[in-house]
Amino acid sequence: MALYEYAHDLDTPVHPVSAPDYMPAEQLRALQLHRLQGLVRRVYDNVPLTRKRMDERGVRPEHIKTLKDIALLPFMMKTDLRDEYPFGLFASPMNDIVRFHCSSGTTGKPIVIGNTGNDILVWQNGCMRALAMCGVRSSDVMQVAYGYGLFTGGLGLHYGGEGLGCAVLPISGGNTDRQLMLMQDMGVTVIACTPSYFLHLIDEGMKKGIDFKKEMKLKHGVFGAEPWTEGMRDKIESLTGITAHDIYGLTEISGPGVANDCQYRRGLHVFEDHFYPEIVDPDTLEPLPDGERGELVFTTLTRTGTPMLRYRTRDLSRIHTGPCPCGRTIRAIERISARSDDMLIIRGVNVFPSQIEAGLMSVDSVLPHYHIIVGRDGDLDTLEIKVEVTQETFSDDIKTLERLRQRISQAVQRIINISAKITLAEPHTLPRSEGKIKRVTDLRKNV
Amino acid sequence: MKIHQISLFLENKPGHLNAICRTLAEAKINIVTLSLADTQQFGIVRLIVEEWQKAKEVLEKAGYVVNVREVVAAAVADKPGGMAEVLDIIGKAGVNIEYMYAFAFRHGSEAVLVFRFDNADRAIEALKASGRDVFDAVTLFNQTK
Repeated sequence: MALYEYAHDLDTPVHPVSAPDYMPAEQLRALQLHRLQGLVRRVYDNVPLTRKRMDERGVRPEHIKTLKDIALLPFMMKTDLRDEYPFGLFASPMNDIVRFHCSSGTTGKPIVIGNTGNDILVWQNGCMRALAMCGVRSSDVMQVAYGYGLFTGGLGLHYGGEGLGCAVLPISGGNTDRQLMLMQDMGVTVIACTPSYFLHLIDEGMKKGIDFKKEMKLKHGVFGAEPWTEGMRDKIESLTGITAHDIYGLTEISGPGVANDCQYRRGLHVFEDHFYPEIVDPDTLEPLPDGERGELVFTTLTRTGTPMLRYRTRDLSRIHTGPCPCGRTIRAIERISARSDDMLIIRGVNVFPSQIEAGLMSVDSVLPHYHIIVGRDGDLDTLEIKVEVTQETFSDDIKTLERLRQRISQAVQRIINISAKITLAEPHTLPRSEGKIKRVTDLRKNV
Repeated sequence: MKIHQISLFLENKPGHLNAICRTLAEAKINIVTLSLADTQQFGIVRLIVEEWQKAKEVLEKAGYVVNVREVVAAAVADKPGGMAEVLDIIGKAGVNIEYMYAFAFRHGSEAVLVFRFDNADRAIEALKASGRDVFDAVTLFNQTK
């Protein structure tokens, strides 16, 4: 993936690194099948857990004759990574591993992913294609404010940006004052961070009187690592004048750069020559046809360190059907608005935090600084949503503020069908995050 | 004839009002009068200070959302019926009072009230036509010194 290849491609509308995005479907399927067959053989030979599960089902690597035969294979889950901690699912000897990444689990030990040199290149390729899809080019100055380290966000976007020849500012997360100063002084054109952290940057910037539209050179934001809504995208774009892009990925599959949205925003194109997507029914685990909603499952066709066969992401999505006007042939998944793990059951109703966010964002001039508190009063679940008052929403008149509370409450109830107590909070008092934000406190778990 | 009032959002929690007053104290800003409007859940602090621009600046720097509104300071006779008399004038002028509160000082034998009207100009006109004292910022703050 040498850079000299792209030396003359400064402002090309279609970046050459994106070429595989446009591969004819027939050839793409043939490539995927070839890679899948190789992957299954490698995993069967090297990962005892998968071999055992395949043997129990009477499935051998040579039974994979078409892409549909992937349904014969067992799934992998986060619990497998935890049970086989740290190296049980590695398919390459330690000699070939060049980097570890870890993702925190909900309990105790993290999960460990080993990357070979080739895995890092595949990952970088995904990030380069994601950035190229956003319109990022070698003339851009890119500030990477995702955390660097065991978390994949920082290093992934860093390698992607360098691969395209951008000037990368590897500032990592935190130190908001310095982020704003360098963003301004260095004429940063691309910011990569979590959407919640960018909102924090906007917020702090506005406090300092910085006009993002006039005093920043920002053009693109590459936001991911946490679910966010179209409503939040609209807020970010109208406050700053940038184009906000949605990037998707997860440590188990490599990191960011598994999928990304193009300018038409009809979902996120999956770099499926490397990451093969399936949608399955979360209850029966039967594969669902394109267009139907279910749990997103990935198979890492080309990874060698810790390859994943049919890894259940717990993210709910669907694969879009029909061609995208951008001309890409790689399929797109619906924007991830809900993770199964985030689902709250409140008074028997399934509620996703993103639904609450969508309700909040539909109310004019409400900024997405909010926190959801679920509790229990006797036998009844309670739902409280704290929303910060802003310059636009604050009034010195009680009636106006009460009306605002009512409007928010109605907007949320329209979407989730249960009533919530809306509490107005003082500005800058709700938790901010420099990485992935925690939007929900479930007090019921402590009882 | 209008004066500037600054207002802030306040959660009903111990110490929150104190934090605002302390911020102003550190900037050596004297609170001439203060009123608190509250609901079960939150409150609004309304403040009259002489240097309202400076107060707004230090409070915003401290992270508060500050709103500036124009209000009217008018004298009301401090005797039975004094308030009713003023409300008559306002009522006849067809002006609505959104909220009101009193200053901590007196103007001769009169009390001084702060009004937020839906139509301040018409209220001022009516009050003056009836011979009531309406204060501009300079006269008002001179009273406090």
